[in-house]
Amino acid sequence: MKKWVFWLVALAALAAMESSLRGLIGAYNYQIVILVGINIILAVSLNLINGYTGQFSIGHAGFYAVGAYTSASLVFYGGPAIRGATAFLPQIAQNAVLLLAGIFAAAIAAGIAGWAVGIPSLRLRGDYLAIVTLGFGEIIRVLILNIDAIGGSRGFSGIPQLSNFFWVYLVVLITVVTVHNLVNSSYGRAFISIRDDEIAAEAMGVDTTRYKVMSFVISSMFAGIAGSLFGHYTMYLHPNSFLFTTSFYLIIMIVIGGLGSIEGAILGAVLVTVLLEVFREFGAFRLVNFSILLVLIMIYRPQGLLGAWTLFRPRKAAPAAK
Amino acid sequence: METFLQQVINGISQGSAYALIALGYTMVYGVLRLINFAHGDVYMFGAFMGYYLANIPWIESRLGTSAASAVFVMLGAMILSAGLGILIEQFAYRPGRSATRFTLAFWFGVLGAGGGQLVGQTFASVVLGAVVGIAVGAVLEWLGIRPVRQESRLALLIIAIGVSLFLENGGQQAFGADPKFFPQIIPTTSLNIGPLNLDSQRVIVLLVSLALMVVLTVIVQYTKTGKAMRAVSFNLDAAKLMGINTDRIIAFTFALGSALAAAGGILVSLLYPRIDPLMGVMPGLKAFVAAVLGGIGSIPGAMIGGLIIGMAEVMAVGYGQSTYRDAIAFVILVLILLLRPAGIMGKGMIEKV
Amino acid sequence: MGILDVRNCTKRFGGLIAVKALDMCLNQGDLYGLIGPNGAGKTTVFNLITGVYKTDEGSIELDGRTIHRSKPSSIASLGISRTFQNIRLFRSMTVLENVKVARHMRKKQGIVDAIVHTRHLKSEEDEIERDAMQLLKIFNLDARADELAFNLPYGSQRRLEIARALATAPKVLLLDEPAAGMNPQESLELMRLIRSIRDEFHITILLVEHNMKVVMGVCEKIQVIDYGETIALGTPREIQGNPKVIEAYLGGA
Ligand SMILES: Nc1ncnc2c1ncn2[C@@H]1O[C@H](COP(=O)(O)OP(=O)(O)O)[C@@H](O)[C@H]1O
Ligand SMILES: [Mg+2]
Repeated sequence: MKKWVFWLVALAALAAMESSLRGLIGAYNYQIVILVGINIILAVSLNLINGYTGQFSIGHAGFYAVGAYTSASLVFYGGPAIRGATAFLPQIAQNAVLLLAGIFAAAIAAGIAGWAVGIPSLRLRGDYLAIVTLGFGEIIRVLILNIDAIGGSRGFSGIPQLSNFFWVYLVVLITVVTVHNLVNSSYGRAFISIRDDEIAAEAMGVDTTRYKVMSFVISSMFAGIAGSLFGHYTMYLHPNSFLFTTSFYLIIMIVIGGLGSIEGAILGAVLVTVLLEVFREFGAFRLVNFSILLVLIMIYRPQGLLGAWTLFRPRKAAPAAK
Repeated sequence: METFLQQVINGISQGSAYALIALGYTMVYGVLRLINFAHGDVYMFGAFMGYYLANIPWIESRLGTSAASAVFVMLGAMILSAGLGILIEQFAYRPGRSATRFTLAFWFGVLGAGGGQLVGQTFASVVLGAVVGIAVGAVLEWLGIRPVRQESRLALLIIAIGVSLFLENGGQQAFGADPKFFPQIIPTTSLNIGPLNLDSQRVIVLLVSLALMVVLTVIVQYTKTGKAMRAVSFNLDAAKLMGINTDRIIAFTFALGSALAAAGGILVSLLYPRIDPLMGVMPGLKAFVAAVLGGIGSIPGAMIGGLIIGMAEVMAVGYGQSTYRDAIAFVILVLILLLRPAGIMGKGMIEKV
Repeated sequence: MGILDVRNCTKRFGGLIAVKALDMCLNQGDLYGLIGPNGAGKTTVFNLITGVYKTDEGSIELDGRTIHRSKPSSIASLGISRTFQNIRLFRSMTVLENVKVARHMRKKQGIVDAIVHTRHLKSEEDEIERDAMQLLKIFNLDARADELAFNLPYGSQRRLEIARALATAPKVLLLDEPAAGMNPQESLELMRLIRSIRDEFHITILLVEHNMKVVMGVCEKIQVIDYGETIALGTPREIQGNPKVIEAYLGGA
């Protein structure tokens, strides 16, 4: 299939679903579908660092927060100006421009944050890297708590609602295709070589520093975009949405599904998000259930539900040239 | 100057509480190479056990506010928490490492008990639920569902996060989500040493923590079990080959660490009596930071790391922005690890290629 | 001045001096043997040349360029490649992918190419794959290209490591005990292979090997070290008769 045909069909399908989905499944389920989508973006992108490059990061919530707040503040403070400049466009196009501007800013800001965290973290390995990424995430959250212009501890309200099923799942598609293509290119092989054996990778000419930072930056950019979509859907942001526990849930998603597999990350994101909703009626018992389930899955299936299983096989080897 | 000295004392007492929790992190990391994220919640559990022990009517009426009651509460909570530590190790971390049994029965029993409480709200319904759960779990296990050998440290880490979530939310269900107030089990008086005005609680916290650290050091350095612990830390497989019962040593390590965390929980509750099921989250995280700061796996490192974090927090709150309090531990962590990637007391080693 | 020039290099680990004021000079096209008893410092010399360890003193030059301050990946792209004494293949990759990783640094794919999967990328991928398969054929591994490298028998893993090292198109190839764990028949074949690689790819080879028969048979020049110091240098015949060498081997092992 030609690429542009694929994207055209995807756009049309998403638009059609956007217009009918809420009526079909009700507002509550619609919201869950949105949350699932955002978590898929976060999990698939986190998988790039943790699953493919083998660097243990538990600070994803920090980049998510940077994106969410950057996009929200841009649209909140710069929105009127952007609307003014695009007044000749219909409302829906104005909204799209605003959201795209927010997404763009979110990606850049979160990417810069990812770079800033990635560089110093390179000297650290394993659990030390883990705790430092967690620390960076918490530092970002505390900084946000102390900035009054974006609501501080009161939370940031009055964010225009711009994202919806169409946008969220368009980004889901883009994320999945990007990560899939990336890990099946020389970049992906470089990432995986670092995970498998960093010293051998360097000896084969893989600039491990560069690739590690790259996977941090790409991964954070997508987390930032997810943040933007989240803020412009819920119209309200609070630093507590970006506690390290959020990062934990993302890690849980990719490990439950099966580390280093895109399908696994998607499955994990769907499962965790939906399970938490299903258990909601049990009150505190909801997370008791969830946590015991988690422990049991990891005891009885430590490689994750899908393991290294993959739906989209990479291309087969070509026959040797004569 | 006086206030500064007073702040130093406050910092040391806060820091020694962090150190008590950090010790458990560092010891468990030593034997299992596992960040036991549930450890902060054991600290919470210890505080709650202390709360319930102190509120036993018999204790209240007989012992009241006295040294005897304080000792009873403290030791009781430490023993109960040690038991919790052993349970966690046995049913969450050990399956997959050694051949264990009744894992499913245990967790299904817990689930059943929780379900029983939710449905019936009575003691009988909790017991009934537990029994049903245990039965179901035992049958499943009898049918051949067995843990998979654990080769992934990441899976173990997720288990730790799961146990942590379990304790936090189980705590909310069992103890109630509302905060409780820890009773005054020791009388508060002011001590005047020269120009310094110290309250007795802080001094006791400080002395008890120091005493516990001394006890721990003696256990680890001079007892047979302590030596075995160090051997397991150094190389688990080699220790096993030398005939050390590594599972027993690991269980002992969890018991010891959990008892220290419980002591920390009670000591902190003497200073800040408000306790709730989520109280372990932040101190747990900061104690872990303290352990990493000191060089994870190193016992003196954990003590030093705890003191640094405690001191820095108290100083920052006293002289600067208290709203940044929760970030301070992490800022220090980042700075120190950038200078010394293996922590203060950790040894940097060149990997042999 | 040779193609690879190690001058006065020293490496310490704490109190231990693993390599001591070592000089070594390889000329273009050499098949050069580095031998010595266990723990003599041979692997450490490899690690110094490839930048895995940093030298404490001394300098290393490749083709007149100082390399001892560069990181391993830059040294690899300047043209030094190696195998490891303890096999270090990429365990989750197939045989073919292992070679492709090494090949990849000789190509320049843009990140946008990679994400969009452009036609340019596809043709380049095909080229990488062709090259990789060709190398595998030389080492008789092409039939197992799609198996996990991890599942190969030991001897094949060693050969795959050499294929992977060659894929980076090196000027100098360092082989650390390539015949370890092979039977005499396999070793013999390997030696023939090493010689033909040198001739066909026009490269320089530095070989560390314990099997004396192999070293003496294949190398033209041999340097013997003990406790990190050179104790002899010469042709196989000269080395065989050198009393210091006999002493080191008999006394050490
Ligand atoms: N990373 C390291 N840390 C400490 N000692 C090392 C390290 N690498 C090598 N050594 C020591 O250096 C000496 C030389 O080792 P090596 O170069 O591996 O010897 P060879 O390859 O000749 O058998 C040995 O005593 C070894 O223990
Ligand atoms: Mg060697």
